[in-house]
Amino acid sequence: MGETIDLKLHVWRQSGPNAPGRFEDYTHYAKAIPTHASFLEFLDIVNERLILAGIEPIAFDHDCREGICGMCGVVINGRPHGPRKATTTCQLHMRHFRNGEEIWVEPWRAKAFPIVKDLIVDRSAFDRIIQAGGYITARVGSAPDANAILIPKQVAEEAMDAAACIGCGACVAACPNGSASLFVAAKLGHFNSLPQGKPELDRRVLGMVTQHEKEGFGGCSNHYLCEAACPKEISVKWIAKMNRDFIRASLRYAPPVERKEGYG
Amino acid sequence: MASSQVLSFTRTAIGQKALVAVTGIILYGFAFFHALGNLQVFLGREAFNQYAEMLQSMPKLVWATRLVLLVALITHVVLVVRLARRAREAKPAHYRFEERMDPSEGILRRYARQTMLLSGLIILAYIVFHLMHLTVGAVPGLFFVRGMAYENLIYGMRTPWVAGFYLFANLLLGLHLYHGCRALFQTLGLRHPQWDRRSFAMALSITAVIVGTNVIIPIAGLTRLVGGELPEDPQEVLRTGEEKHTVSE
Ligand code: HEM
Ligand code: FES
Repeated sequence: MGETIDLKLHVWRQSGPNAPGRFEDYTHYAKAIPTHASFLEFLDIVNERLILAGIEPIAFDHDCREGICGMCGVVINGRPHGPRKATTTCQLHMRHFRNGEEIWVEPWRAKAFPIVKDLIVDRSAFDRIIQAGGYITARVGSAPDANAILIPKQVAEEAMDAAACIGCGACVAACPNGSASLFVAAKLGHFNSLPQGKPELDRRVLGMVTQHEKEGFGGCSNHYLCEAACPKEISVKWIAKMNRDFIRASLRYAPPVERKEGYG
Repeated sequence: MASSQVLSFTRTAIGQKALVAVTGIILYGFAFFHALGNLQVFLGREAFNQYAEMLQSMPKLVWATRLVLLVALITHVVLVVRLARRAREAKPAHYRFEERMDPSEGILRRYARQTMLLSGLIILAYIVFHLMHLTVGAVPGLFFVRGMAYENLIYGMRTPWVAGFYLFANLLLGLHLYHGCRALFQTLGLRHPQWDRRSFAMALSITAVIVGTNVIIPIAGLTRLVGGELPEDPQEVLRTGEEKHTVSE
C-alpha cells in the first residue's frame, strides 16, 4: 500500500459558535497515514478512528475534493490550505509532510466568518456580497457565438484569471486585517473587465464594497498575504483595480432616476 | 444592486485608505522639498540663514503650508488609527502560528509593512520634537535663538542624543516610506504593468533623497563635518552675534 507516515496531530475542537474551543492532541489517531492520501482523506482516516474510539468526529467542510468548488479549507500550521502554493486543502497530499511532523489544524479566523463547529466556518457573508452586485442584471444569453461579442484575447484571459476565484475564503483567513478584498476584487474584476459587465460597473463596485464593509471585514493595508495564500493565485492587481473603480464610481455615480410615464 | 444604501466614500475602508495615501503623498512632497532646502546647510552659515530668512519673509506662504500639512497629518493619523482598530475587530482571534516567512519577500519589506503603525507613531513623536526644537525653540537645554537657524541646527546636532533621535526617526521614516512608496499606487489604483516599475523607482528615489539628507545632516553635525567653524561654547556665538548686530545697525 506504499509508504505511510506518523504525524503529531493537533486539531481545533469547538462544539458550537459560542462555545469555547481548544486544541486536542490526536497524535494517537494519526499514525500510519498513507502518503498518497489527501489532507481531507487524512482527516477521514482520523475520524474513522475517533468514531471507533467513541469520540465525536472532527467536523470539516468539503465537497468536490478536486480543487474547484471552494468548499474545503483549514489552516495548517498557520497557513490557509497548508504549506503548498496554489493548492486547496483537498488537493494537498500527505507526501508533503515529513514522518513525525507536528501539524496544527485550525479553522479560518475572522469576525465575518463565525465558527459553526470545529473546522467549519460560516462563509455566507460571501454570498451576500455576491448578491450585492456579483451578477449581470439583464439576461445576456447562454454561451453566445464566439464571435458575437468581440473581446480581445488579453482581456478574456485576464477576466478568466479573476474568475478562477473559487470563493474559499483563504484570503480572509490569511489577512491580518480579516479583509476579503481579494475575493471582492476578483469577483468585480471578472465582471468589470468584460463588455457584458461594464454597463453596471459603478453600481456593482459600490454595492459589493458596501456589503463587504457591512459584513465586518477589515480593510486592505497592502500586506499581500492573501495572494500568497490563494489556491488560485489571484493577483492583488485586482485589488488595485477595485480601488480605482471604487474611487471613480464614488466620484461620478448617481443612482438612476425613476422615469415618469410618457414623455417630458 | 443595493445602490440606494451605499456607504459614503469616507466611511468605507477603501475611501479612508485613499485619503491616507493622498495625505501621505502631501507629506511626502513636503518632506522632499524640506530635505532639498536643508541641504543648503552644506553651503555654510550665510546661505542657510538667508534661506531661513527668505522663508520667514513670506508669512502667508509659510502659514498656508503649515495649515495644509497639519490637516494632512491629522487626517493621516486619525484614519490610520481608525483603520487599525477596525482591522483588529475584524480579526479577533489569531492562529497558533503567526504569519510564516514568505521567502520571496525581502526581510526589509516584510518588516516595513508589519510596523507601519509603530513607525508612524514614532515619526509623529519626532515631528513634534523637531518643531519644538527648531521652530518653537522650546526644548529645555537646547540652544535656540530666533533668526539663527544655522546655529540652532548645528548646536542641536552636537548633542549626541538629539542627533541620535534625528537619525533613528529618519531611518524609521525610510522604513515607513519603503512600504508607502509601493502601497500608495496600489491604494489609489494607479497600477499598470507598463508603469509599475517606473512609478516605484520614482517614489523610491524621492524616499532616498529624503532619508539620505536627513540622515547625513545629524551625522555631519555631530562629527563637526558641517558647522565645525562654530565655537564649542554657544555663548560665544551669542556675544559675537550681538557685536555683529550692533555693527550692522
Ligand atoms: C512625514 C510623515 C509621513 C509620511 C510622508 C507618510 C506617508 C505615508 C504613505 C505614503 C503611506 C502609504 C499609503 C498607502 O498605504 O497607500 C502611509 C501609510 C501609513 N501611514 Fe504614514 N506617513 C507619515 C506619517 C505618519 C504618521 C505620523 C503615522 C502615525 C500613526 C502614520 C501611519 C501610517 C500607517 C499606519 C500607514 C498604513 C495605513 C494602512 O495601510 O492601512 N504615518 N504613510
Ligand atoms: S473540496 Fe472543492 S475545492 Fe476542496
